[in-house]
Amino acid sequence: MNDSHPGYASHGSAEPPAQRLAGLRGPAPQRSLDARALAALAANPGCRRRALLDAAGVDKTVLAERLGSPAPFGRSPFAIARGNVFEARVKADGYAELLLLLQRHLGLPEPDADGVAVPDLLPRAGTAVRAERTRQALAEAAARPGRWTLLDHPMLRLDVAGSPAHLEPDAVVVRPDGRWTVVEIKSFPILDGSADPAKVGAAARQAAVYVLALREAAAELAGVKPGDGPYDEPEGPAAAPDPTVLLVCPRDFSNRPTAAVVDVRRELAVTRRQLRRMTRIDRILDALPADAGFDLSTADDGTPARTDGQLADAVAAVPAAYAPDCLSTCELGFHCRREARCADAVGQLGRSVRGELGSLRTVGGALAAAAGGVPGRGARDGGGPAHDGGPADGGAGGPADAVDEAAARLARAAALRAEALAEGGLRP
Amino acid sequence: MSLLTTLARLEAVHQDRAQPLATVRHRHLSDRPMVVVPLAAAGEDGAPLAAMLGTDRDAPRLHVVPQPLDRDQRFAFLAALAGDLLPYLEGYGEETEQVEGTEKDPETGERLPVVRELCADAPQLVVPNSAGVHHLGLLGRSTRFRRTADDADAGPYPVPSRVPLLGRWLTHLRERAEVPGSSMLLAMTALLGRHWATGQSHLEDQHLGALLAWIAPPPGLGGAEAARYAESARDGRGQLHCPPAGPATDPRFDEKLLGPAVARHDAARAALRAAPPGEAARAEAHVRRTADEVRGLLEQVLRPTWDQVWRGLDLLRALPPGARVAERWEGDRWSYTGHRERLAAGEPPQPRFDDAVTAARKLAQREREQARLDLQEALDDPLAMAEHRLSGEAFAGTVEAVEAAYDTSGRTPKPRPLVTVRTGDRPHADPGREVHRVWGPPGEDGAAPAAQKAEVVRHDPAEGTVVLRLTSGMGRRREPEPGTVPQPGDRVCFTLFELSVRQAAPLPDPQNTPWTHGGPPGSASAVPGPRPGGPHTGGPHTGGPAAAAAADEEWE
Amino acid sequence: MNPADPTASPGAAADRVTAEILAAVLSGTERGVVVDSPPGAGKSTLVVRAARELVAAGERLMIVAQTNSQVDDLVDRLATAAPDLPVGRLHSSDGRPAPEALRHAGVTASPRIGDLAEQQVVVSTAAKWQWVKDVDPWRHAIVDEAYQMRSDALLAVARLFERALFVGDPGQLDPFTVVGTDQWAGLSWDPSRSAVTALLDHNPGIRPHNLPVSWRLPYSAAGLVSRAFYPFTPFRSGTGEGDRRLTVGAAGDGGPVDAVIDEAAESGWGLLELPARHTVRTDPEAVHVVARTVRRLLDRGLAAVSEKGTAPVTADRIAVGTAHRDQAAAVRAALTGLGVPVDGSPGPAVTVDTANRLQGREYDVTVVLHPLSGRPDATAFHLETGRLCVLASRHRHACIVVARAGIAELLDEHPSTEPVQLGVSVKFPDGWEANHAVLAHLAEHRVGLR
Repeated sequence: MNDSHPGYASHGSAEPPAQRLAGLRGPAPQRSLDARALAALAANPGCRRRALLDAAGVDKTVLAERLGSPAPFGRSPFAIARGNVFEARVKADGYAELLLLLQRHLGLPEPDADGVAVPDLLPRAGTAVRAERTRQALAEAAARPGRWTLLDHPMLRLDVAGSPAHLEPDAVVVRPDGRWTVVEIKSFPILDGSADPAKVGAAARQAAVYVLALREAAAELAGVKPGDGPYDEPEGPAAAPDPTVLLVCPRDFSNRPTAAVVDVRRELAVTRRQLRRMTRIDRILDALPADAGFDLSTADDGTPARTDGQLADAVAAVPAAYAPDCLSTCELGFHCRREARCADAVGQLGRSVRGELGSLRTVGGALAAAAGGVPGRGARDGGGPAHDGGPADGGAGGPADAVDEAAARLARAAALRAEALAEGGLRP
Repeated sequence: MSLLTTLARLEAVHQDRAQPLATVRHRHLSDRPMVVVPLAAAGEDGAPLAAMLGTDRDAPRLHVVPQPLDRDQRFAFLAALAGDLLPYLEGYGEETEQVEGTEKDPETGERLPVVRELCADAPQLVVPNSAGVHHLGLLGRSTRFRRTADDADAGPYPVPSRVPLLGRWLTHLRERAEVPGSSMLLAMTALLGRHWATGQSHLEDQHLGALLAWIAPPPGLGGAEAARYAESARDGRGQLHCPPAGPATDPRFDEKLLGPAVARHDAARAALRAAPPGEAARAEAHVRRTADEVRGLLEQVLRPTWDQVWRGLDLLRALPPGARVAERWEGDRWSYTGHRERLAAGEPPQPRFDDAVTAARKLAQREREQARLDLQEALDDPLAMAEHRLSGEAFAGTVEAVEAAYDTSGRTPKPRPLVTVRTGDRPHADPGREVHRVWGPPGEDGAAPAAQKAEVVRHDPAEGTVVLRLTSGMGRRREPEPGTVPQPGDRVCFTLFELSVRQAAPLPDPQNTPWTHGGPPGSASAVPGPRPGGPHTGGPHTGGPAAAAAADEEWE
Repeated sequence: MNPADPTASPGAAADRVTAEILAAVLSGTERGVVVDSPPGAGKSTLVVRAARELVAAGERLMIVAQTNSQVDDLVDRLATAAPDLPVGRLHSSDGRPAPEALRHAGVTASPRIGDLAEQQVVVSTAAKWQWVKDVDPWRHAIVDEAYQMRSDALLAVARLFERALFVGDPGQLDPFTVVGTDQWAGLSWDPSRSAVTALLDHNPGIRPHNLPVSWRLPYSAAGLVSRAFYPFTPFRSGTGEGDRRLTVGAAGDGGPVDAVIDEAAESGWGLLELPARHTVRTDPEAVHVVARTVRRLLDRGLAAVSEKGTAPVTADRIAVGTAHRDQAAAVRAALTGLGVPVDGSPGPAVTVDTANRLQGREYDVTVVLHPLSGRPDATAFHLETGRLCVLASRHRHACIVVARAGIAELLDEHPSTEPVQLGVSVKFPDGWEANHAVLAHLAEHRVGLR
């Protein structure tokens, strides 16, 4: 539920890329890797533009406005109010409801007379301080087996493409059996035992990042290195973070909480490899012109540090991998769509379209191919096939054949379409 | 996406205007559709905020919930909605026709003639988008189990008796909407998307305003620009010119206009409660004024979508209906008739979960209807058939030669003429493969020609010829009946797939659910409800008498 | 018990599991017995053996398979193994059983179950069994390829038997449907899931048996396939390192196609990599390279040396696997152009088919057009674990994969936005991971083309 109030992190690490990233961002506070940034990463892991801007912690909402294509995202005050009321209800009376759900869904015993430890995680402190305090609290909890500890909005750290990111789960519970369970509180309902699969999927991916960060913390506490294989499960104390998370949602049409356990092992494997294989930020940085920057600040007299034109040039210098899904996950989606349309890219129609068109990348090119292969459009019968499968004569087909193949398919499709439209009484 | 659709989208980009994806209309459109534009309260699935509805485009009716969290207002809204919708839904039950059929006698297995009642027409609801379909389903789910004052155990919050009835109708319509090709509850974006390709992605097509902008842009504007305007243009107050088609509202509208208006309404109601007797009338008037204000705001954001849905209907009505659309609509009429009979018979509301057998039956029905829809669309529309021709599952061409030939293996020779078809298509027509002849629209006498099969004898892709041996559909004599064998110069089309839909296999009665699926519903061995998630147990347990359990849940 | 116990010999390990399975079938307390079988682990042999033992115990038996060719294949195997066993082949009224099934004296075929009342074993497809009525239930059934059977099909046929043995490969392609089934997701009886998962959910007492040894896959393949596709139920090969070999008659011409054949003959794997390029599915260059590879396999006179002796690798011992039907058609056309027979009716021919249709089949050498080769995007279809698993596990000796470079990058850019249904258990392994594991292994056997 922290997606409405992203945390801010102080920039600090002394590594050169981090410095360079801070320089790109300018004096603005660094945006943390919030739920939307995580969703954008999952939806488009290959986009360098997104990777760089997120690593630098640039406020993409402001950037999108400056580029003239504001992001359409927003949360209704009604939704925020309802979400807050729900989260408060889950945590009311010393987390009574939440503890009941944990016991019921994870098969855990009731807290004993000592009750539940709820350490103060310094919610008003800076990000780095909060992260350190969370680490301490986890260490203390691990040192007290058999007890419940509830970390309310802890601050976790995770290395993303060479730069540190801060994450804030709704809650992490250290159970009496020593396992750590991530709790995600969401305001979409669980109705008759099922919930919107797209929303659960997003929550699972978000929770997987938290589990990953917890695993790093646990490995660090245990003094071991986290495993590398996709199905590796840590052993010993490093195994404390549970890859099964608890999703807490309103039940049916009420505001009463219910919960479901979600196995995020698959999302965990996906996230881990995405982070591991993500193009190193330093390589993207190296390809950036020296004068590029994303400083969104303005001087006291209202003069912007960078003009809109300079910002647009800097954004254009980092290649994007636009797909229509970006419109619902990335603040720059509308900007990149405009760019894709200007470039006449076929990708503006969706990822699946590219698969049909092979190496034809522009709308104009594809249509030219569709028109080219058909002598006297419409007069097809008796014309014989324009092209046949591939070379059957022993000479290996070259790249030109591959283009021809896509073109021939398009030309055939165009001819069929024209014929069918004419037959149906529409203009061909 | 198929290559033909991709091509149409590419052309749409190039022409800056949507391109046809169909030469006929593939869905039934009622003469008197009920357009419903629902809005939901943000952040709360299934909580109604407003609905604009009606069968007269010039006279929409509007129902609102001025304070979406207020239970009484919500029930008042639902009762008003039921008051508007139920007469429309029930009205189609009055005129019926008698249909003769046969039914198997369970004792003897004999086929006996029966006469069944079929409603002459059925209702049709049109909502802006698929989220609207989902929202009506949620309204159905949240109301069909409600107890009314008429119930013996009315519970603490009885609702007007029409409300659960509305819930059962909405549930039925929502279920029916899952059946491919059905037309009782339609989403306008899906309807338009079936018939036109825009120059944007399928994802962007879910925005009704943008989709319409591509199909019928305002004068002087291209599709892309008009769509962008529909998506994001805002007025001086920061409000969208073309508000989203719901059920969610624009967050900025909630923040700047609706939120404050609801707050004023709340304050007015608080003032009324605190008002001394002498002030009550004035306070009440103020409550009404603030409610009207909310109502006015919602009307403003609903009206553009209302107009868009009707505009979409105009565009679709301009297309001639496919020849087999009426046949599929008859399926909807049966579905309507059946639901009406179940209501009349006093059956309980639809359960929260299908049992194993019902789920399997529904799946079989949907798969059968999907097959029928694909087939019928291909037969009705050359553009749909072109998909099959492109994928090698059908071919069309001109008859070049016909050679009389006979099968002399039996006692009497049977005609097996050889037909050479010249075609530019490249079907996967290996020798020995059975193909099916597609006839043009029925002649003036209306009688459909007999089904005709043929076998591929030779296929020469380089030459562009297919030689077929006709194997049926030529009558019973030694020589083919006139008109059954194509002649040189005739245009013919054959498919590699069958032109009829196979019947689904029988399933056991629910009370005979086998041990592999938990035994009969309610039996000790039946696993209740959804499976527990993952390695832990403790998922929601349901299974029991759904109505009783559901009646306890309350909106808060 | 660890089925992959490395201390026992493969034969002993497999025998022990088989004995446990047969005991459970004949006298177990559960009505269902489930056997998970990795590729080539002797599933068919187990079915034949279980059928014979049940008949020997005086039982009548029905067998359910999923496709007509599976049924014909099973009938052929049964009748070959037990010529005196009366076997009924129940078929649809418009279908004809294959000649291999009908060549046996003990086999009777009919579209009517009444005609087969005397047969101790009756075999048919699930689709046909669903229509059988007015019969006394069989006491025993065997359901073959049970993971490819849908839950609703089991629901329709389960009334015909009291107990059943379910045998299948959980790593192959899942059943699917083209219509919406979301409303049943998470229900134990969701009709669109596999029959086995529904059965296991309703009968928690059933513990699946795992066949521990693949007799088909060579040593060189079992480790990779086990790791990549069966991470939680490992298996091993029945033969040891070097037990299966390919000898090449004619020396290579120095070109990349011959080089990859030499590599595959030597190591069991070969990757013939074309330059990176986005192409349409029927990439003519890749299709042509596939065809030339097959041509050279035949021209160079390969021989398969195995525990069964030495035999020439003839056309019918070679298969080409693709993801899509149009790719298979293009490969067939290219092979025909090179004079390679692809139609089995006149004589031995190379099989060219999609993963779906190659399920359950076995060859000496396979040539695979990688599902992701040349694609600008990866879809769920192309990433489906079962598809790659089928393609990578049909061979007894060697598998040659033809692909364009760039698949690893494509996988890296693949979005992960899968929806998650509450209550639906996660299916492992993940397609992405499986693809990467196979790619990483193939990279060690790579031959570049130009």
